[in-house]
Amino acid sequence: MATIKGGEFLIKELKSEDIFISEEFNDEQKMMKEAVIDFIDREVWPYKERFENKDYALTEEVMRKAGEMGFLGVSIPEKYGGIGMGFVSTMLVTDYMSSATGSVGTAFGAHTGIGTMPIFLYGTEDQKNTYLPLLTSGEKFGAYCLTEPGAGSDANSGKTTAELTADGKHYKINGQKMWISNAGFAEIFIVFARIEDDKNITAFIMVFDKENPNGVTLGAEEQKLGIHASSTRQVFFSDTLIPIENMLSERGKGFKIAMNSLNVGRIKLGAACLDASRRIITEAVNYGNERKQFKTAISNFGAIQKKYAEMSTKTFAIDAGCYRAAKDIQNMIDRLLADGKSHQDAELAAFQEYAIECAIIKVYASEVSQFVSDEGIQIFGGMGFSKDTPMESAWRDARITRIYEGTNEINRLLTVGMLLKKAMKGEIDVITPAMEVGNSLMGIPSFETPDFSEILSEEKAMVEKLKKAFLMVAGKAVQTFGMELDNHQQLILAAAEIMIEIYMAESAILKAEKIVKSTSEKEAECQIAMAKLNLFNAVETASSFGKEAILYVAEGDEQRMMLMGLKRFTKYVNNPNPIALRKVIAEKVIAENKYCF
Amino acid sequence: MKILVCISHVPDTTSKINFKENDTKFDNNGVQFVINPYDEFALTRAMWFKEKQGATITAVTVGNTSTEPTLRKALAIGADDAIRVNTEAIDGLQVAKELAEVVKNGSYNLVLAGKESIDYNGGMVPGMLAALVDYNFVNACIGLEIEGEKATISREIDGGKEILSANLPLVIAGQKGLVEEKDLRIPNMRGIMMARKKPLSILEPISTKTATTTASFEKPATKSACKIVSTENIGELVDLLHNEAKVI
Repeated sequence: MATIKGGEFLIKELKSEDIFISEEFNDEQKMMKEAVIDFIDREVWPYKERFENKDYALTEEVMRKAGEMGFLGVSIPEKYGGIGMGFVSTMLVTDYMSSATGSVGTAFGAHTGIGTMPIFLYGTEDQKNTYLPLLTSGEKFGAYCLTEPGAGSDANSGKTTAELTADGKHYKINGQKMWISNAGFAEIFIVFARIEDDKNITAFIMVFDKENPNGVTLGAEEQKLGIHASSTRQVFFSDTLIPIENMLSERGKGFKIAMNSLNVGRIKLGAACLDASRRIITEAVNYGNERKQFKTAISNFGAIQKKYAEMSTKTFAIDAGCYRAAKDIQNMIDRLLADGKSHQDAELAAFQEYAIECAIIKVYASEVSQFVSDEGIQIFGGMGFSKDTPMESAWRDARITRIYEGTNEINRLLTVGMLLKKAMKGEIDVITPAMEVGNSLMGIPSFETPDFSEILSEEKAMVEKLKKAFLMVAGKAVQTFGMELDNHQQLILAAAEIMIEIYMAESAILKAEKIVKSTSEKEAECQIAMAKLNLFNAVETASSFGKEAILYVAEGDEQRMMLMGLKRFTKYVNNPNPIALRKVIAEKVIAENKYCF
Repeated sequence: MKILVCISHVPDTTSKINFKENDTKFDNNGVQFVINPYDEFALTRAMWFKEKQGATITAVTVGNTSTEPTLRKALAIGADDAIRVNTEAIDGLQVAKELAEVVKNGSYNLVLAGKESIDYNGGMVPGMLAALVDYNFVNACIGLEIEGEKATISREIDGGKEILSANLPLVIAGQKGLVEEKDLRIPNMRGIMMARKKPLSILEPISTKTATTTASFEKPATKSACKIVSTENIGELVDLLHNEAKVI
C-alpha cells in the first residue's frame, strides 16, 4: 500500500492496492459489524416511534447500553478504558450504530466524537485517566459547548468569558451556549470560553453535577425538525467555577482544539450517514417490491429503478470514500506510533493530515443521505409523507447532517482552502502539476486511441483527466485572485464540487476494481456498474461547475482555451450508457430485496 | 461443572438457498453463516451456569475452516475455549461419532445442544451422541436447572409441561424456553477482542465415513399466482379446481 498524503489524491494516480475497502474487514471487524447491527435491530429499530416522540430517556438508555457493549471507546487505548481497536473499527461501529435513527446517531457521534476526542487528543495524562474511562464505559456522557447565539460558523467569536478568580485556583465562566447535543444527560462538558481579550478561545473540562449545578442551567429542549430524541439544549453559565487544572491544553488553544476535533467528527459523520442510507434503500426496495400499481410491483417500473440505482450508487461511493480515508488515517497513526510518537500526537497529526478528505466525506455523505431519504419518500409516494413509514423521519433526520460538524458550505470552502494552505506550506506540490496542465492547454491534444481493454481503465483515465480539470480551474483561480481568493466564495465552491466528485468517484472505481480482483468481473458486475454510473454523474458535475468557474475567472481567448480544455478533460472515448448501467444495479437490489453491496 | 456446547454452523435464516453440482450440493456462495439458533439457546443457558455456578464452557463444532468465525463468535459470547473437528459435517451419525470422541476425551458433565440444526433439521445428533457415550438424554428441553449432580428439566408436552429429573452426566437437546430470545447475547467489543486470544483447538476426525450420501436436493415448487374468479362464475371455479388444481 503506497502512502498517500492528505490532498495528494489530486496529483497522484492511485491503484486499487492503495486503498482499503470494507470488504476487507477482518473476522473480528465482521463480528463487530454484526454485533452493532444486532444491537440496533434489538434496541433501537423496534422503538423508532418512541424516538420520534422525543423520548430522550430512551436515547440515554441506549447510550448506556452502548457503553456496556464497548461501542463508546473503540479506538481509545485500553489503558483509558477503551478497546484500542484503531480507526477503521471506530468508523465501522459509527457506521452501523447510526442507521436506525439520527437521534441515536447524533447522541453517539456527539459523545464519542466531540465529547470525548478533545480530552483524548489534548488532555493531560491526569485528565485522560480521570475522564476517559467514565466516557468510554458510558458511566458519564460528554457534550461539547462551542456554539453560541452569535457564534455559529464563526466559532472563534464566542462571547463566553473565563476569568481567573482572585485565589488563582479557578476560572469563573459566564456566558451562553446553544445547540448543545446531549446537554440533557451529559455530565462532562467541553466548554470554550475567552480569557480576557485573547484572540483565541480556551477550552475547559467542566464536570456537571445536577445536585450541585455550580451556576449551570439548561434551557428547555429545542423543538427541532429532526433527530427528535437527541437532547439539544442551551447551556447557561453564571459564575461557574472550573478548577484551573481543568483547562484543556493551553490558554488560547481552544479554537485549534475545536477545529481539530471537528475533523474526526466530520469523517465519522460520513460513516453515520452510510448505514442510514443503506437501511433506507432496503426499506424502499422492500416497499417497491410489495406495492402494486397497474397490476405490477412498482419496482418493475423504470422510474423507480432509476431511483434505486442512483441511491445505491451514491451509497456505494460513501462506503468507498469513508473506509479508504479511514484506513489512510489509521495507517498514518500506526506509522507515527511505530516512530515512537504518543497515541495522542499520532492521532492529532493524522486527522490534521487528512482534514481535506474528512471535509469531502462529510459534505458528500450528508448530501447523499438527504438525497436517498428524499427519493425514499418519493418511492413510498403518499405513504412516504406519513409518519407511519420510516422515510419521513429519515428525511428530517438527514437534514441536520448538512448543518452540524461545520455547514456543508464551510466544509466546501475548507476543502479548497486547506489544499491551498498545504501548497503554500510546501507540504504538497500542486503548483507544478497545475502549471503543466496550464501549458498543456496550448499543446495539440493526442489523437491516439488509448487501449482501454482492461476493466475500468477508461474510468481511471477519466479520473486523471478530472484532476487536470480541477488543477486548471483552481490554478487559474489562485493566479487571478491570489490572497484575495477568499473573497470569491462562489468560485471556491465550484472548485470544491469538482474536488469532491474526484475523490468519491476515484474511491468508487478503485473499490470496484479491487472487488473484481478478488472475485470476478461477473460477480462484481454491479459494483462495476456503480463505479461507472457514479463517474458519469461526477463528470457531468465537474463539467458544469468547471464551466461556471472558467466563465468567472477568464475572458476572451483564454476563456475559450480553458473551455476547450475542460471539454477535453470531461470527454469519454467510449461513452457509458447510464440507463443500461442503472438497470443492472436496480435489478440486483430488487432481486435481493435489499441494498446488497 | 464442565459443559460442552455443540454448535452447528448454519446459513442465516434469510439466506437464498441454491444448489450446485447437479443439485447434489448446497451452494454457499454469498450465504452468511450463523450459530444454529437452537444451539444459541443452549450456549446462552450455558453462560448462565458459567456466571452463576462457575461452570466452564467448551464450544465444539464439526466442520472445516470456514466454520471458525462461528466458533469465534461463541468464544466472543463467553465460551472459554473451542474445539473444531476438522471434517465436513455430512450426516448425523458421523457428526455424533466425532462429538462422542470429544466428550469421552474431555469428560464433560453436561453436553448442551440444540434439538436440531436449522439447515438439514435432522434432529438426530444429540440422541445418538448420548447413546454413544452412555450419558442420560432428554430431548426438546425448555428449561434446565442443575444442582450438584442432579438436573431438573422441563419439556413441553401437548397442552402442558413435563418436569423430569436426571443425573449428570447428561446430554440435553434444547430449544427456545431454555432461555428466551431476549436473553440471547450480542458479543460485546471486549468479548470479541478476547475471543482472539482464547484457545481454539483443531482435532483430526476419527473417521470420514458417512452412513448416507446426498443423491439430490430439490426446491419446493414455486407458488403460482393467485387467480381471482368472479362470484358469478362458479362454473369456472369448479373447472379450475377440478382440472388445474386437481383437488376435486
